[in-house]
Amino acid sequence: MSTLLKINQIQHCYGNHKTFDDLSFDLQKGEIGCLLGPSGCGKTTVLRCIAGFESLTAGQISLNGVAVSDSHFSLPPEQRRIGMVFQDYALFPHLTVAENIGFGLHRSPTQERKQRVIDMLKTIGLIEAADRYPHELSGGQQQRVALARALAPRPDLLLLDEPFSNLDITLRERLSQEVREILKNQQITAILVTHDQGEAFSVADMIGVMHQGKIMQWDTAYNLYHRPANRFVANFIGQGVFLPGKVLDLGMIEMELGVLSKDIYHHCESDQEICPIGSEVEILIRPDDIVYCPESSTQALITHKAFRGAEILYTLKLASGMTVLSLIPSHHDHAIGEKLGIRLEADHVVIFSKALLTYHSNSQFSAWSE
Amino acid sequence: MKNENYFTKGDKTVDPPQTFFHLKGAANIWRIIPFLIAALILIPIAVVFSSVFMPANDVWQHLVETTLLTLLINTFWLALGVLTGSALLGVSLAWFTAVYEFPGSRFFSWALLLPLAIPAYVTAFVVLGLFDYTGPIQTNLRTWLGTELPWFPDLYGRSGVILVMTLAFYPYVYLMARNAFLTQGKRLLEVAQSLGLNQRQGFFKVSLPMARPWIAGGLMLTLMETLADFGTVAIFNYDTFTTAIYKAWFGLFSLPAASQLASLLILIVFVVIIAEQQFRIRMRYAETKRSARVDRIALSGWRSSAVACFAASVLFLAFILPIIQLSIWAIQSLMESFDQRYFEFLFHSVLLSAAATLITCFAALLLVYAARLYSDTTTRIAVRIATIGYALPGAVLAVGIFIPVVWVDDLLNAWWLKLFQVEIGFLIQGTLGVMLIAYMTRFLAVGHYPIDSAMQRITRNIDEAAMGFGLTGWSILRRIHLPILKTGIFTAAALVFVDVMKEMPITLMTRPFGWDTLAVRIFALTSEGEWEHAALPAVTLVMAGLVPIILLMRQTDK
Repeated sequence: MSTLLKINQIQHCYGNHKTFDDLSFDLQKGEIGCLLGPSGCGKTTVLRCIAGFESLTAGQISLNGVAVSDSHFSLPPEQRRIGMVFQDYALFPHLTVAENIGFGLHRSPTQERKQRVIDMLKTIGLIEAADRYPHELSGGQQQRVALARALAPRPDLLLLDEPFSNLDITLRERLSQEVREILKNQQITAILVTHDQGEAFSVADMIGVMHQGKIMQWDTAYNLYHRPANRFVANFIGQGVFLPGKVLDLGMIEMELGVLSKDIYHHCESDQEICPIGSEVEILIRPDDIVYCPESSTQALITHKAFRGAEILYTLKLASGMTVLSLIPSHHDHAIGEKLGIRLEADHVVIFSKALLTYHSNSQFSAWSE
Repeated sequence: MKNENYFTKGDKTVDPPQTFFHLKGAANIWRIIPFLIAALILIPIAVVFSSVFMPANDVWQHLVETTLLTLLINTFWLALGVLTGSALLGVSLAWFTAVYEFPGSRFFSWALLLPLAIPAYVTAFVVLGLFDYTGPIQTNLRTWLGTELPWFPDLYGRSGVILVMTLAFYPYVYLMARNAFLTQGKRLLEVAQSLGLNQRQGFFKVSLPMARPWIAGGLMLTLMETLADFGTVAIFNYDTFTTAIYKAWFGLFSLPAASQLASLLILIVFVVIIAEQQFRIRMRYAETKRSARVDRIALSGWRSSAVACFAASVLFLAFILPIIQLSIWAIQSLMESFDQRYFEFLFHSVLLSAAATLITCFAALLLVYAARLYSDTTTRIAVRIATIGYALPGAVLAVGIFIPVVWVDDLLNAWWLKLFQVEIGFLIQGTLGVMLIAYMTRFLAVGHYPIDSAMQRITRNIDEAAMGFGLTGWSILRRIHLPILKTGIFTAAALVFVDVMKEMPITLMTRPFGWDTLAVRIFALTSEGEWEHAALPAVTLVMAGLVPIILLMRQTDK
């Protein structure tokens, strides 16, 4: 695999406002990357810089080893061979589906163009809609046409700006799977921008979590969830709570739910293997780390429950007053106010140094994907 | 200009009125009103049309032999020239101000609408006065060169009329095209770029084709204005149907011949109306959401100066130069023009406009409420017919209304004579009432559109919510409808008022004897080449004309 896209310490400003600063990541050929973050974090602007619609104030973007953007120079968008799918699809309303898809092939000979359009229509399964106009299509169909139009000229890189946000939830899941299949089959390198982590997980190979114009972690979905690099990522990805703990002898950590041995945790924010004895830490506990155990000595009070089908997500209050979340098979149906025996069962947890700001500790949070 | 389709009302149910008009008898009246108003438009059209089948009289024969061919040729070249000119100016300026950032782009985006405030016939006499042999430009050139000019463009002719009308009417195309380019946003241009087209290719392959229905709509409006124009062609002595109708009536004293000419003109107009409707329907399909970002592409170097110069010179020719010349003339002739008679003309103009505004807005309100209560197909067709008058040339309407009025007058006279053996003279013709009806039919669409748009915002649910709070009948009207409709009615009133004030052919042809308005005064003075004395009334009209332009500017984004 070779590096297709290299983003090197780029910076962008709207007037005096820095949209993002010192942002870097690489993308390998054939890989699908994703910028994930709350709205307003600057992720769409990154995409527009890569496409060439915005210029940089510092840093460099190179494509196939050739610089396309830096602070003095910006290759016009039409010369970059970068395809883009816009959030609102931006289909040309005066052209049919086939004409929309063939639009970027204006330099190819007629016969070749026709064949490519037919191939693309087959790929997206809309061959029968070739002569229809965009306003006659459903949202999902429009989305697929937008994808086909961007892919038709065989771009080196495809950019997708919140491509599923205008669709309803069920369609969103199905289409994101479909899009990933199409991209993988055609070995397209792509970058997706989204605020929805479910979408990011189902489409992307590598995900960059963005916050206030910075990439907090560039990693696989597994690592973002299980090995978050910092507190923001831990908070943003998935659900969980922070419980306080104290470092004992031999790197063991004591906490309300038991004692953790050295080999099942790692410290996220420092490289130290062992924290100083007696130092206070916080342990990230995910809902699936806590299991039902009637005979356990730890009894917790149910304060909240949310039925999820196979499981019930219980919000539980521990003796100390701390709150944890637990995902328990739904045949263990208990009422709010009852006590539940629980046990910590984790292969691996992450710990953080104790937060300086008190509101961080034991703040219960729910993920954006809800 | 977004919801321009009168077809799509909020809901299409034809339930009996659920709102506040519960009275059973009243409901029937509401059902009839649109048809009554539509009839007011249909009568003059039918009268004018019927003259096609009238036996050819001598005057008509004479006209056919001498002038008809000239009229057709003149009209054809005028229409072609003005359309081409307006398309070039309107589309290019709209594109530059909607998409690019250049020195003064924000200023120009609204300032380029200003020429709409000057009636075309005012621009006409200013241009003639300026470029005349005795006008300031030729005189100065002669003194500067110290010799007779070997050649100077002759503006008394086709090119002059086309130039003036282009400068006066390009804002229609500009306004529509700009709206189209703004709703397209930069987004589709970006798509084109991401698919390998540069900006110039993007304009010709995406933006221009997508804006086509809007541009065509603007061009149809321009064409309607061109065909309806009377004042400009009269000043230039460039004979078209409107001036020929006037001459047949007031020169050859043949109302039938005038009517036959009018019937030919109306045929041409109908083709235009049908074309315009088609474009309007297509606009609906091509409509895209207005993109949130309005950031424009910055032009650099010589391009930005060139674009700024272009916009500035159009604005200068179409607005600044006429205003300067008018002001100079007005000041020069202030002592003579600013007398008792000026106030009489002004009073007549204001009185007529105010009365016409009142009945037009009232009729528009009736139409809007009737269409709200009954949204079935026949009612909607009636509403459309009732508002078609904006396309009918004033000269045609004047003839079409005057003929039945004369007919009714004659009938009344005959009866009276039979009954009492006394002549009572004409009761209806030559009264202000005839003029007001003519104005109303012509400008109903102008008043209808803003009120109708405001009414679209009062959904049936709003009425029902109000009734849920125990409000009924008049209190819904007073506490809910009136506050929402207020700005719409105000806009309608301002637009109609100014349009009536500038109106020339209907006023000229149907006014009571000796009842002169500012517009009629301008016509009289300019037909004798007294440009300077026409300046003061013209300045007054331009100042009134600025009001609706300011209203319009507040709607378009800067």
